[in-house]
Amino acid sequence: MPNVSMTVNGKAASGEVEGRTLLVGFLRDQLGLTGTHVGCDTSQCGACVVHVDGKAVKACTMLAAEADGADVKTIEGMAAPDGTLSTIQQAFQDHHGLQCGFCTPGMVMSAAALLAENASPSEQEIREYLEGNICRCTGYHNIVKAIMAAAGHDVSAIAAE
Amino acid sequence: MPKDHGIGAAPKRREDVRFLTGAGNYTDDINVRGQAYVYFLRSDVAHGRINGIDTGAAAAMPGVVRIFTGADFEGVGGMPCGWQVTDRHGEVMQEPAHPILAQGKVRHVGDPIAAIVADTLEQARDAAEAIEVDMEELPAVIDMKAALADGSTKVHDDLTSNLCYDWGFVEENRDAVDQAIKDAAHVTTLELVNNRLVANPMEPRVAVGDYNRGTDDSTLYTTSQNPHVIRLLMGAFVLGIPEHKLRVVAPDVGGGFGTKIFHYAEEAFCTFAAKACNRPVKWTASRTEAFMSDAHGRDHVTKIELALDADNNFTAVRTETHANMGAYLSTFAPSVPTWLHGTLMAGNYRTPLIYVNVKAVFTNTVPVDAYRGAGRPEATFQLERVIDKAARELGVDPIALRRQNFIQPDQFPYATPVAVEYDTGDYDATMNKLEEIADLSGFAARRAASEAKGKWRGLGVNCYIEACGIAPSNLVGQLGARAGLYESATVRVNATGGLVVMTGSHSHGQGHETTFPQVIAEMIGIDESMVEIVHGDTANTPMGMGTYGSRSIAVGGSAMVRAAEKIINKTKKIAAHLLEASEADIELKDGNFTVAGTDKSVDWGSVCLAAYVPHNYPLEDIEPGLEETAFYDPANFTYPAGAYSCEVEVDPETGKVTIERFAAADDFGNVINPMIVEGQVHGGLAQGIGQALLENCAYDETGQLLSASYMDYAMPRADDLPFYSVDHSCQTPCTHNPLGVKGCGEAGAIGSPPAVVNAVIDALHSGGKTGVLHIDMPLSPDRVWAAMQ
Repeated sequence: MPNVSMTVNGKAASGEVEGRTLLVGFLRDQLGLTGTHVGCDTSQCGACVVHVDGKAVKACTMLAAEADGADVKTIEGMAAPDGTLSTIQQAFQDHHGLQCGFCTPGMVMSAAALLAENASPSEQEIREYLEGNICRCTGYHNIVKAIMAAAGHDVSAIAAE
Repeated sequence: MPKDHGIGAAPKRREDVRFLTGAGNYTDDINVRGQAYVYFLRSDVAHGRINGIDTGAAAAMPGVVRIFTGADFEGVGGMPCGWQVTDRHGEVMQEPAHPILAQGKVRHVGDPIAAIVADTLEQARDAAEAIEVDMEELPAVIDMKAALADGSTKVHDDLTSNLCYDWGFVEENRDAVDQAIKDAAHVTTLELVNNRLVANPMEPRVAVGDYNRGTDDSTLYTTSQNPHVIRLLMGAFVLGIPEHKLRVVAPDVGGGFGTKIFHYAEEAFCTFAAKACNRPVKWTASRTEAFMSDAHGRDHVTKIELALDADNNFTAVRTETHANMGAYLSTFAPSVPTWLHGTLMAGNYRTPLIYVNVKAVFTNTVPVDAYRGAGRPEATFQLERVIDKAARELGVDPIALRRQNFIQPDQFPYATPVAVEYDTGDYDATMNKLEEIADLSGFAARRAASEAKGKWRGLGVNCYIEACGIAPSNLVGQLGARAGLYESATVRVNATGGLVVMTGSHSHGQGHETTFPQVIAEMIGIDESMVEIVHGDTANTPMGMGTYGSRSIAVGGSAMVRAAEKIINKTKKIAAHLLEASEADIELKDGNFTVAGTDKSVDWGSVCLAAYVPHNYPLEDIEPGLEETAFYDPANFTYPAGAYSCEVEVDPETGKVTIERFAAADDFGNVINPMIVEGQVHGGLAQGIGQALLENCAYDETGQLLSASYMDYAMPRADDLPFYSVDHSCQTPCTHNPLGVKGCGEAGAIGSPPAVVNAVIDALHSGGKTGVLHIDMPLSPDRVWAAMQ
């Protein structure tokens, strides 16, 4: 079986994988990073989004072998080492942008990627960017609001909490 | 000034930090040392006879531990049904066997034929491909009316027909309703489909079975809304494991929406196989597997008639519904089209005569059961659609027609003709609030603006009422429930004053870890951080019935209040002893016990410590320790109600509908945490709008499931939906539970589908643009465009 090595959340990680092992399987099963979730099998739901070399990637759509040598960041690497939440994570808590929490890691990783590309996205740009992330709990209202707030928009006029 | 703690405050959710940092503990995150993996070989035909299964080659493949088929479960109970409906002739429903693995026949695409346990999931999956199944395909029964026709193929050979039951409610009203409809000045008739949906919590179902040979104990980790219910059903009715030898754990659960209430074959299989193989056995559903094994929702076909007198007062409602049960009876399936549906047909109105007929039908499809709202969305949709159609036929304002027929505030408690008694409500108040928050007076200008850019704009308004806080046990027992529907809580106070609430309710997104402590903090006057909530494990919570039917705060919260009251009563006795005062004079406020009218006081922590270090303590009167349990059985359902509005734009070139505005004015009684309540409404709205515009679980005529992935089943996405305007300031508190709460989990999904459809019909019909008076959901562009032609 091939051996893969990569940097995950700033630390070196390596292991033997089958050729068919997906990146998400390597992260969850071999590295124990269970924050990255699997919600579908057709690359639609986005619960498995991680950053590979700074780009948002669905970890169910990439072989672990393809990530050999890459710099991978998962939800576990988003907060500061002392536990302080990142701006986008804190905005999700402040604006009740999560309920069951299952889609949340992928949402946060996608939102972070969006803000890295576009520091001040409009509501419509946020909604379109999240096309590949499905949430069944929140109706997206508070997710969109949280991302707008993280981008520095004044969200006080948006109806309700 | 909003409160910053206790009831009515909106503290940030404490569970969020673990979910936001990847530290949640969902069932698929649990791995038990030495575990094997199971893959289920599922039927790819809707109906077939199994003439043989050859597992020989597969069993010899690498890593295979054991292969199970139906034959391995002949001595084991089938999946039980928790509700027995009695039909209009006094006969009990037909109740087919539901084996864990198919025995002799498969009855829907996805029915499990064999289970392969192997060292890895990949090995199990590879071995499944080597299993030879000699399957004789049989004609599939998909359409409900065809299933009831004479000579139809039967889903179950040992039943007399495909009719599960023919239910009439209230049967004694039938003739009077028929007469009222004959005598009516106007009758509006509508035939409609309540489309089949799949709940689709983002976390697929998972089960991990574990068996301890040393103690003969079994443990099941599972994605459940109600672990005690699973323990009882699986232990007592399926596997014959006494409850004290069986532990069921439902840790963090990634959404439920009803579909994780039910006991599923995979749970029983993993528990059984862990003992049979002497290895932990894990199953994780793929999404496609979820589509063909999670219980589906809705799937009603209904004809409704609304009779009005010459003054437009509602005089009678008559309905006839065909309700799809699928191939087997899922745990609570029979209750959904009957007691959770017929009892809501009065809606918010004074209609004096109502008759509901429901024929439940077996077909070669995945079983159907409760999905967010469960029966109440179906009732609301048909009633609010037929009222809208009546207003259009009569040329009257649909809001005025509703207001004219509302139950009035001075009529509560109000006994409906469909056997329930609404305790409180004020339907004009929520309609007034809706008109305000939705700016309905500005609609004409918005319509003109839409038309100026070539779009047709429509406004849909409707009301809803639901029965929540499920449910009084003695009542549901009379109606066929094979379970009690109380809830439980144990409050354990530690020696240093912090406390743990062990609740039978289960949080899978609802935020109980935040809201339940708000209640305790309010009652005792301590900081919420001193309260921990434990749920989801039968080993450390009292027997409880779990979370569904918007029951957690109304029933589970009430149990917690009752247990906390017992604690407070006992601490007052201890405080009276410490303060050398009469118990009657002790007051508890802000975490301090004081003797009324004096400055003598002792704090909460000192009293708790005294209970565990009882040196100066009335041992002759009370026991040491501070731990109390309460079981709360509600006296009635609760009746949240509200008024919703939707504005859509329809593109006349393509039939594409966009939601431009959506407003919801709800009366949930008292509210513990407004932030969480609003979030619940948002989520319900998205699911209801999804049903109305996007989602459809489709079968072809051979029973192939056409919508078995997110490529084919249109889940609502962020750019399908607007910001919502929601309000819960109209509050008529529930009169029969200690918190005055009604529950908010399902309202959005119940109230929103008719608002969307009413809005689209308004866009198409107003001003004589078209004669379209109804389109069945989902209102996809092709359906809307076709209707317009």
